[in-house]
Amino acid sequence: MADTRQIRARKGPVTYLLRAFVIAYLAVLVIWPLFEVAQQTFAPADVGDEGGVGAFWERLSDPSVTYAFNLTVTVAFWAVLINTLFGVGISLLLVRYQFPGRRILSVLVDLPMSVSPVVVGLALVLAYSTGKGWFGEALASVGFYVIGTTPGLIMATAFVSLPLVIREIVPVLEEIGADAEMAAHSLGANGWQTFRRITLPSIKWAVVYGVVLSMARSLGEFGAVKIVSPGAEFRGETATLLIQNRYTNYEEPTAYAAAFVLVLASVLALVVVSLIRKEDHS
Amino acid sequence: MTDTLVAPSGPARTTSRPGGLFRLTPTSGVGLGVALVWFSVLVLLPLAAVVGAAADGGFDRFWSTLADAQTFAALRLTVVEALLVTAVNAVIGTIVAWVLVRDQFPGKRILDVVIDIPFALPTIVAGLVLLSLWGPESPMGINIVNTRQGIFLALLFVTLPFVVRTVQPVLIELDADVEEAAASLGASRVTTFRRIILPSLVPAIAAGSSLGFARAISEFGSLVLISGNTPYETEVASLKILKFLEGDNQAGAAAVAVLLLVVAIVTIVILDLISRRVARRG
Amino acid sequence: MSIEVRGVGKRYGDFIALDDINVSLPTGQLTALLGPSGGGKSTLLRIIAGLESTDGGSVEIEGVDATKLPPQKRNVGFVFQHYAVFKHMTVAKNVAFGLEIRKRPKAEVKAKVAELLELVHLSQFAHRLPSQLSGGQRQRLALARALAVEPSVLLLDEPFGALDAKVRKELRDWLRRLHDEVHVTTVFVTHDQEEALEVADEIVVINEGRIEQIGSPDELYDEPANDFVMGFLGAVTRLGPLRLRPHDIEVAVTPGVPGSSAGVVLRALRVGFEVRLTVDVEGQEEPVLVVLSRTHARALDLELGSRVWLSPTTGATAVPVLGVASA
Repeated sequence: MADTRQIRARKGPVTYLLRAFVIAYLAVLVIWPLFEVAQQTFAPADVGDEGGVGAFWERLSDPSVTYAFNLTVTVAFWAVLINTLFGVGISLLLVRYQFPGRRILSVLVDLPMSVSPVVVGLALVLAYSTGKGWFGEALASVGFYVIGTTPGLIMATAFVSLPLVIREIVPVLEEIGADAEMAAHSLGANGWQTFRRITLPSIKWAVVYGVVLSMARSLGEFGAVKIVSPGAEFRGETATLLIQNRYTNYEEPTAYAAAFVLVLASVLALVVVSLIRKEDHS
Repeated sequence: MTDTLVAPSGPARTTSRPGGLFRLTPTSGVGLGVALVWFSVLVLLPLAAVVGAAADGGFDRFWSTLADAQTFAALRLTVVEALLVTAVNAVIGTIVAWVLVRDQFPGKRILDVVIDIPFALPTIVAGLVLLSLWGPESPMGINIVNTRQGIFLALLFVTLPFVVRTVQPVLIELDADVEEAAASLGASRVTTFRRIILPSLVPAIAAGSSLGFARAISEFGSLVLISGNTPYETEVASLKILKFLEGDNQAGAAAVAVLLLVVAIVTIVILDLISRRVARRG
Repeated sequence: MSIEVRGVGKRYGDFIALDDINVSLPTGQLTALLGPSGGGKSTLLRIIAGLESTDGGSVEIEGVDATKLPPQKRNVGFVFQHYAVFKHMTVAKNVAFGLEIRKRPKAEVKAKVAELLELVHLSQFAHRLPSQLSGGQRQRLALARALAVEPSVLLLDEPFGALDAKVRKELRDWLRRLHDEVHVTTVFVTHDQEEALEVADEIVVINEGRIEQIGSPDELYDEPANDFVMGFLGAVTRLGPLRLRPHDIEVAVTPGVPGSSAGVVLRALRVGFEVRLTVDVEGQEEPVLVVLSRTHARALDLELGSRVWLSPTTGATAVPVLGVASA
């Protein structure tokens, strides 16, 4: 979309200077380090060792690594599922219904995005850990433990990615307005029919978009998970925790291999997102 | 052209309409109830527990924790680094947005995607990515581990998209007529930028900067591997919380966490004020 | 001559926006560039302002060759359809902008701004932001801003196009009066023939990148150079071999006038003070439209099915159906 207006199309030395600066800045800050990661991932661990895809694959096939990725995917799946159900529901309530405290709730549901992941982890510990938490003892007495278990990881992950689905749906719901829904009501559709046949088709792409964003965020969550997880091999060690543990234990090749997988997942998410945007616009 | 993985725009708050359209029905009422219970269990109660823990020993204890020389040094370092990074981003982010919107050159679309990468990457991976170029095995021979420059670089990396992604849409929407009007009134390109374009961008720059500042203050994952966590030197607030927690000092952790929470809330309020002001100007 | 355009052309790829345009506009005159949208009139205006470059030819403003001058150096005032006000500046600041660029002394700027706001009746809004003004007020602000720098020519691009009908009419009268007061050479683009006929001293009709006719409103209306101009300036109907205006047709209920065509009233529609007849004329496929006053129609006692005889009134503006030359 070139600017046809002459006033913007004119190019001077400043134009080229700024262009060169931006390219250089992004190259040094982002592109080059990424390139370096790819190199390290496929480099031989020691002089004389095999490098390349074979070595990369071998590092990923280690049982502790597959455990970590399995755990990460499980946690992300549940967190995204919960956030999607909650997100669609709360968005509809916030946009379409009137109830006391609606405005304050709409501010509060966005809060998790702004809270440091470390604080999220700490908050869950202070609420639910046995011994330190407000409700820890009570939960322990019924045999339910949050901190150090998979449910705790799911909660931590759900917390940090909570607003993502809502952020996508709310603007769309506001834009489409309630006219079609009211028309459906007047034609005799009940609440569920109206939702399934009128509302859902129009927010479909927003939901998919929100799900992709939540998935990307959930797979990569580190800070909150770090605090609520025991974080040891085969015990609550997610992919991100594994990267930290291996890197600090001088097992850098494994750290890089796991990191590379997550980089690919993020890039994939970016691609999917841009495809969805295109689909949505057409 | 502005696909973004996590659009760092403001919160998806509902607009100023006084209330929703529908009254709560029994079904939607139950839905609201379930949503509120889950939201309380996941977010509100844990955050309340943090505030509770910080307030436990009274204000004096809270204050003495923060005033402790080592904690204070960590807080000061966090704020100073965040401010520096925010200042750099305000300028460079605006330049990047400008080039991406106004300039045309091959490969521009790739740069546009590159902007989102720091956001899409898991934070621990972001740290690792930077270390692959600037770490102990740096091909450049520059090692940023355990230096303040390293912290600065990591924060610059993770906050890259904020200003760019808030300024970009505003720049796209800017009316070419207005620039033509300024030109026909005799304003040079520099004057037009300074007196006409820049003032229109200020709210977006401010919004992006405050989001970036909040992120920088609370950043954890990307710093774990880079900051050596040396007291007085390279210890930041989020790592201090982790250290308190590992040392079984919940009150200390909570005190620092509350401070970060306050920053998060202040940021949300600032963003709200900015968006209201912009809405008023129309 | 204040503006002298010679041999100006403009292409966008395959599309010819302007083709060899020659026109000179005398100092102090109010000129309308009239034509259908997409006809090239806005492009011509923007080329005069320097907002668009020309592919060939030259533009002279006040005797100076401005072809290569950037808009900043042309000293023209430009008013946009959508106002293009500086949203973050107060009304007074908007008007002062051009003067501040020219580094005029503060006191002078202040006096000039006050004078102009007075002129456009916005004095009481000096410290408001443009968002607090109505559309008509914003356009008056834009006009004051353009006049502040005392431009050698004032160019207005569909200045009333975004306003509702009532405000448009008010501003149109007001622009005419303002021009009589300020006397700056003014060119405005419009696609509304009524606006052009009412306000302009001279009208340049532009269509498909070419000038169709230049003349005073009366000349254009009475002696259109061709079919296009005739059709664009008002309703046209066909009576026998002629194209003429529906109100230029004499209606008789008896076959008295020599050469009149006999017909039958198919439809009679009354709108306010006029009556519009659709008449089926013998030997002509398309029906003839006739407009006459209500009193006249009543006097003739016309109703559906009435037999009538139609003839052009004396002095009617008419062009032959296939012809190009004026009547």
